[in-house]
Amino acid sequence: MATRILIPTPLRGFTDKQDVVEADGQTVGELLANMTARYTGLRQHLYAADGSLRSFVNIYVNDDDIRYLDKEKTPVTADDTVSIIPSVAGGRAS
Amino acid sequence: MLTIRAAADAGIRRHGRDAYPHECCGALIGRAGVVTEALALPNATAEGPRRRFLVRPVDYRAAERRAAERGGELVGFYHSHPDGPARPSQVDLDHAWPAFAYVIVAVANHEPGSLTSWRMRDDRSSFDEEAVVIETADRNQPDEHDETPWPPGS
Repeated sequence: MATRILIPTPLRGFTDKQDVVEADGQTVGELLANMTARYTGLRQHLYAADGSLRSFVNIYVNDDDIRYLDKEKTPVTADDTVSIIPSVAGGRAS
Repeated sequence: MLTIRAAADAGIRRHGRDAYPHECCGALIGRAGVVTEALALPNATAEGPRRRFLVRPVDYRAAERRAAERGGELVGFYHSHPDGPARPSQVDLDHAWPAFAYVIVAVANHEPGSLTSWRMRDDRSSFDEEAVVIETADRNQPDEHDETPWPPGS
């Protein structure tokens, strides 16, 4: 069963303008891997070069940040909604 | 090109002045590519607000919701560079999202100066600057004005 993933505004250009996509997977990691296999343009904006999620990418399962669950091993079901929520950060040069 | 309503431009500059010497930040909400509202957001950085800003996920979510409620879209974000140029830094690039307009206002000695807008290339290699046009609203396009405090409950 597929799980719904909510796509934030800046990434919709990589999901055919869709704000919701579906993917299969039993964990958040599997879900994101399957989603980025289909929408390959998402990869570089979600993952750093070492394959870890970028620090300003927040993944929520329903209302919970996966950092406080089991990170990418957090289990998901078809009843869950997964959200990709940006942190927006920056600042002037050090 | 990014078009910003005069009231939103004034709001960004005012926020930059009020937050000085700290960085301010906020969301750009608009319709059809025109920024109609600058929504001030808390700078939640823990790395020193004189040279960093951070919009928390909860505030990002609220900005998207606000844009949807207004029948508009989230066009991008703004922040200030106190005593720095209105140009994106490597820190800005490292944290940037595609498609968004990144508006930067330089503030020196409390006074806002240059205001620029940038968009990151899809390959994350750099920003490209875009022209900024400040649009004075006419009678058919009233400025949005909202006295609702932000964040809610503040």
